Amino acid sequence: MTDTIEIRWHGRGGQGAKTAALLVADAAIATGKLAQAFPEYGPERMGAPVKAFNRISEREIRIHCAVEHPSIVLVLDETLMDSVNVLEGVPDNGTIIINTEQSADAYRQKLNFKGHIYTVNASGLAVKNIGMNKPNTPMLGALVKATSILDYKKMLDDTKHKLEKKFKNKPEVIEGNVKAIQDAYEEVKK
Amino acid sequence: MTAVTEVKQLTVARTGNEAMAEAMRQINPDVVAAYPITPATEIAQIFSSFVADGLVNTDMVTVESEHSALSATLGAAAAGARAMTATSSQGLMLMAEIMPIVAALRLPIVMPEVNRAISGPINIHCDHSDTMFCRDAGWIQIFSENAQEAYDNVLQAIKIAENPQVHLPALVTTDGFIISHGMETIKILPDDDAREYIGAYKANYSLLNHEKPITVGSIDLQNYYFEHRIPVIEAMQAAKSIIKQVGKDFGEKYGRAYDLIEKYRTDDAEAAIICLGSTAGTAKDVVDALRTKGQKVGLIKIRVFRPFPVEDLTAALSTLKAVAVFDRSDSLNGYGGPVFTEVCSALFNSAQKPKIINYIYGLGGRDIDVHQIEAVYNRLNSIKDSKDVGDIVSYLGVRK
Repeated sequence: MTDTIEIRWHGRGGQGAKTAALLVADAAIATGKLAQAFPEYGPERMGAPVKAFNRISEREIRIHCAVEHPSIVLVLDETLMDSVNVLEGVPDNGTIIINTEQSADAYRQKLNFKGHIYTVNASGLAVKNIGMNKPNTPMLGALVKATSILDYKKMLDDTKHKLEKKFKNKPEVIEGNVKAIQDAYEEVKK
Repeated sequence: MTAVTEVKQLTVARTGNEAMAEAMRQINPDVVAAYPITPATEIAQIFSSFVADGLVNTDMVTVESEHSALSATLGAAAAGARAMTATSSQGLMLMAEIMPIVAALRLPIVMPEVNRAISGPINIHCDHSDTMFCRDAGWIQIFSENAQEAYDNVLQAIKIAENPQVHLPALVTTDGFIISHGMETIKILPDDDAREYIGAYKANYSLLNHEKPITVGSIDLQNYYFEHRIPVIEAMQAAKSIIKQVGKDFGEKYGRAYDLIEKYRTDDAEAAIICLGSTAGTAKDVVDALRTKGQKVGLIKIRVFRPFPVEDLTAALSTLKAVAVFDRSDSLNGYGGPVFTEVCSALFNSAQKPKIINYIYGLGGRDIDVHQIEAVYNRLNSIKDSKDVGDIVSYLGVRK
């Protein structure tokens, strides 16, 4: 599976980790790649730790087990890191992107991790642009900037298209999400 | 060789539930009666939005339980409608009383069903206990490996169930959450092609036809019940060749051919795993990895569990030395899983048969990974030429 990019999302129930994974797969498929997105549901509870996964490849993806060694990890809620080892299975040259007000340097001190650390205030950008703390869509912008796994413009177009379907009657939500993605793309830092 | 397809298909991102709802939209059934249950809820939920948006002409009946859902679907089908429903786990168990009646009335109802553990304890995740519980209900059972197959299988199930030689209901299953909620890349037929493929349904009999009145659900005692069960039995036997034909035609038309079983790299294999559903995809990757190391391993996926593909399986197994049957449920029979016992019984009269062991795995959604599957192949390689196979039934991935 070396030619397959594997991603793990960490969040809490209600933050949209699963939706973010679905949007990444959708955007990847829209750009001609093959992709999977799937959640790891525990109990169906708001606030409980949840994981979601992506696989992106140029070839057919047949495997249907959990992702063990993601090269990219996204953390939607930094308080999870007290109880969940978000770096489990991540290789030394992997990438972690954290939703936090803190700098990447601050996390470099805290985490025993040789790979790439990025931070972005996705919650702040969500509150500013969407009016509520839904950090999942801004994390898409951060992901694409940090890893270049998808074409930025195509991802933005596809996500906008998907949101237009979902929020037919709430144009302000679509606009806010797109702006939040754009801001996160600009603001994510190493 | 796969025939070159002329039909321009759309490549889209869909979860298993979305894929099945999409197939239902294209089928445009006359009646859908449904009751929600995790993880199948989305199928009827998405379909109900198609109804609300006017994309289908279906009469959507919301009912108060799964027992009512299948009863209403039965009633609609008896009236001559193309009728569907969808469910999972406890919902299927609540339908269990009605399921054999649908089969005996020869009503070609197609039901997407998401494989989920049965209570107790309560668990919403994947295993095959629900579907296996209903394996003797007279329904065709088709298992899907991924979202693509879920879509293709629902379309084909209509052709199979409504075939005059079959006229039996069909379950099309996906693995709960793994496929039902997992998004994948799939190809779907353009609406016009799908509708042309499905065609119109004209029931032979209708409760509503005053010109040709019929009785449905009559009593039938010692003098005729036995005779009236025989056509049901014969229809299930006849379904095998129809399923093969429909799968072959689908391949010729759309480039994806299907059969009762799928053999993956078994031609020169000595050891093989038999499994159903999403695990087959993971196992194929393991087979490829072991093949690069020179190991003669393969995989047999049982796509259709009912009717049970006895002839195809015994032929496929005749050249193998050792086989592990994977069961995602236990029969609680004090011996092993349902797939294992049926494979063994199929092989009993064969002159050429492999050593055979059983693994119960993945109950309640326990993940099955490549390392576990690889370990089973290693064991098969070690027992294929030895006299003793060791434990016949083992439990994979359970803590002691």
